Amino acid sequence: MRCVKCPDKAVIELRRHHSPFCKPHFIEYFENQVERAVRRQGMLSPDDRIMVAVSGGKDSLTLWYVLNRMGYNTTGLHIHLGIGEYSDASYDATLAFAKQHDLEVTTVDLSKTYGMNVPDLSKALRRVACSGCGLSKRYIMNKEAHERGFDVVATGHNLDDEAATLMGNVLHWQMGYLARQAPVLEATTEKLVKKVKPLYTVTERETAAYALLHGIDYVEEECPNAFGAKSLLYKDALNRIELESPGAKHQFLLQFFENARPRLEVGADEHELRDCAICGQATTTEVCAFCRMWQQAKRRVEQKEERRQLREAEAAAPTT
Amino acid sequence: MKVIIRNPKRREVELEGKGWRVQDVLKHLDLNPESVLVMRAGELLTRDEHVKTEDTIEVLSAISGG
Repeated sequence: MRCVKCPDKAVIELRRHHSPFCKPHFIEYFENQVERAVRRQGMLSPDDRIMVAVSGGKDSLTLWYVLNRMGYNTTGLHIHLGIGEYSDASYDATLAFAKQHDLEVTTVDLSKTYGMNVPDLSKALRRVACSGCGLSKRYIMNKEAHERGFDVVATGHNLDDEAATLMGNVLHWQMGYLARQAPVLEATTEKLVKKVKPLYTVTERETAAYALLHGIDYVEEECPNAFGAKSLLYKDALNRIELESPGAKHQFLLQFFENARPRLEVGADEHELRDCAICGQATTTEVCAFCRMWQQAKRRVEQKEERRQLREAEAAAPTT
Repeated sequence: MKVIIRNPKRREVELEGKGWRVQDVLKHLDLNPESVLVMRAGELLTRDEHVKTEDTIEVLSAISGG
């Protein structure tokens, strides 16, 4: 198979664009896609201070690499989630990448900063790990960016991530989530930093190929909590459709952003934002979802400890 | 030919016979070409590439759940 733009041998075929590409032309294609998404959606300005949320996986490291290559002023934010060896490997990959490319990185250790890691939080809440993990990451990203004076938070969500999220939201007709799903979320108050997803027009496979072709050393290992996750089921379903109907996935997502979402916004509920009574971050309720979750987790840990002490005291008491 | 499936769980498969193309290997292993990348000696391969009996190819899943 030959490259669509030159006589060289292709290294990847993008069936949705009817285009096989050689290495240099694939890289050109990928970077053009990101540049176009950034420009068309008004994601970034040349003088923005950008905080890139970096997990150590292919998407976030690729995003960081591309934005840096495009000349943007970026700093990485890595959150150590405490998910065993997976989190240690993710932390190491992020720091090694930052060192290799001479980039600045800030790290937050969930356990050290908030008292529990993701597995402990999940155990205390008796909920699947992903819900507490996702909420914590979103909260910390915004808080760190706001407190450190960043203009934008950039995340590595790609076309597959967004299409899978859309599919989940459509299957459950989550109107509020559908109205809020977008490649750019503008800062609606001073405490909510603008969020952008510059990779939303490139697929996960394209991102992995870009990372491999640049020798980006990312963590291939999957998060142990992701096995059985609904997002993987939706991605698999979408890729089966894509195989039979190339381009279906990007039509599903991009037509949603272009044609369906603007109609949803009109009727979307608008809640007044206020400061959380505990942490001061922006929220629509008295106490924000993050603080409510952590209060509940800590209360349950305390109650468990009280029950344990009571059992010990009862066992130690002399029997009559 | 040896096929190494790198992730999410690493496994190795030996395939007998000649005349395999990348797309035949993926079909045989029930892997969706839209979800994976295939490499030989670190180079990406397109679906029409022929794989020799003595080759080792690696299949990398591009999909993650995060």
